[in-house]
Amino acid sequence: MFNVNDVRNDFPMIKNHPDLIYFDNGATTYKPQVVIDAITKFYTDYTSNVERGDYETAIQADRAYEEARKCVATLIHSEQKEVVFLSNITAALNQIAYGLSKKLNKGDVILTSKSEHASNLLPWYRLKDNLGVEIKYVNVDDVGRIDIDDFKNQCDENVKVVTFASVTNVLGTNQPVKELTKIAHDNGAIVVIDAAQAIGHQPIDVKDLDVDFLCFSSHKMCGPDGVGVLYGKYNLLDEMDPLLLGGGMNARFTSDGKVVLKDAPHKFEAGTPNIEGVIGLSAACKYLMDLGLDNIHAYEKELRGYMKEKFKELDNVIVYNLENESGPITFNVKDVFAQDAAGYLAANHIAVRSGNHCAKILHEIIGTDQSVRASLYFYNTKEEVDYFVEKVKEINLESAIGIFF
Amino acid sequence: MAENSLLNDPMILRELIMDHYQYPHNHKLVKDDRYLSRHMASDSCIDDITVQANIENGIIKDIQFDGVACTISTASTSMMSDLLIDKSIEEAKTIIEEYNKMINHEDYDADILEEAIAFQNVYKQANRIKCATIGWKAIEEIIKESEGIND
Ligand SMILES: Cc1ncc(COP(=O)(O)O)c(C=O)c1O
Repeated sequence: MFNVNDVRNDFPMIKNHPDLIYFDNGATTYKPQVVIDAITKFYTDYTSNVERGDYETAIQADRAYEEARKCVATLIHSEQKEVVFLSNITAALNQIAYGLSKKLNKGDVILTSKSEHASNLLPWYRLKDNLGVEIKYVNVDDVGRIDIDDFKNQCDENVKVVTFASVTNVLGTNQPVKELTKIAHDNGAIVVIDAAQAIGHQPIDVKDLDVDFLCFSSHKMCGPDGVGVLYGKYNLLDEMDPLLLGGGMNARFTSDGKVVLKDAPHKFEAGTPNIEGVIGLSAACKYLMDLGLDNIHAYEKELRGYMKEKFKELDNVIVYNLENESGPITFNVKDVFAQDAAGYLAANHIAVRSGNHCAKILHEIIGTDQSVRASLYFYNTKEEVDYFVEKVKEINLESAIGIFF
Repeated sequence: MAENSLLNDPMILRELIMDHYQYPHNHKLVKDDRYLSRHMASDSCIDDITVQANIENGIIKDIQFDGVACTISTASTSMMSDLLIDKSIEEAKTIIEEYNKMINHEDYDADILEEAIAFQNVYKQANRIKCATIGWKAIEEIIKESEGIND
């Protein structure tokens, strides 16, 4: 197991803001120095475009870019050619919805849940409007966990796509991905996993899970912004149409409009990609694998458990996901609007998120459309949790307004 | 502001905000054709309020509001309604202008803002400025609309 104090030294944001407690890791994560260095090195040492160079630095850039694919593949246990780089998970989910739309017809069903982030609902809603496919929601319990029996019942021959977040973004609930995937496959459905909140927090093995597609954003796993990964089983990538067309993704084309595409994954990466982002992501993968995803997950579980026990002693809060083993603590302070509570914490140098967290239909399950989410990562400490809980205890209407005086 | 005004006391100002949040004034929407109405929903936070006003012959006869909103949004809208009811449009515009100056941390006339000076420090929390102005923006728009009709 790593030493958290050593780990903290890897993060310039922590050094530059020693008093700030960052519990908004569900929104984005801090970047270790190695990631920043890798990006700087690209710009100071071998800036070039990729896939088209005859000279040394271009070859170096190309190598780093493809090396990144290998790193991501190692992280998620896929083949290198099954890793597509796009701009974020949102782009990946849009690509998948577009690609699968070619296979869908009126009356086909896309099965999902009400815990989903906007990025994994809106692209499917468009298919509903354009193609007349149906969106159905599987029943979930009070922390958003999918009800397996209901899932089995709803998984009939009309269900062509099953999609959900392996860890939900507001409540951090782990879904039984492998079990659900098996049921979906037995019914001939394609499984698409939003791993935005799972990546970098726990080991992920796409081969073992047997999912068809899985995607995530680099910025939520210590990597830079503006780059995301679409994993797909190669035969599915091979038959899928790219959303964007242009340079870098075609093999040849002629004036009569005939276009021959490159093979996957390249056919999905139109235009000059976010090379610095991909190289930074590569460094983030290495960094996380050096720490060990098992270790990271174990550490986060322990910290989450510690926070849970502390929260049990508070009588001024309503917690929506207390018993979850990992992920954020999502709560409200009694009689205090979520944004006011977050404002009090901010005034005390604690960064949390308030609002509906882009999961705008989750309130149908938890009965509130606003909450405060404190999301942890492996560089957070028990001391930070202690201070945080102490401050949460102080929150009431009076203290929340008190920050304005 | 008079030296001895109670409004110089931060404790009193805090109580005022709490009071207006817990027991907002003019907090009941009406079904009445004489009222103009504005629905204000913020993209970036939960605040979602509706403000109504009945403006007759250049006088704001009544203001009502309702919705889901944080303390600052609710209390600032409640105080706005107290301040502007029975004022002429011209008076209201002056008050709104002074309020906006205060929120933007410019020099302002504290006397005409009365209780609303409770929000004098909101500028320090940039992300809450929209909360302190959401109801005020609504009434500004309603006034503009009323002027359009009267023209
Ligand atoms: C579960 C989930 N899906 C998708 C996203 C969207 O990620 P991005 O904004 O990086 O595309 C998020 C980000 O909050 C998320 O938590």
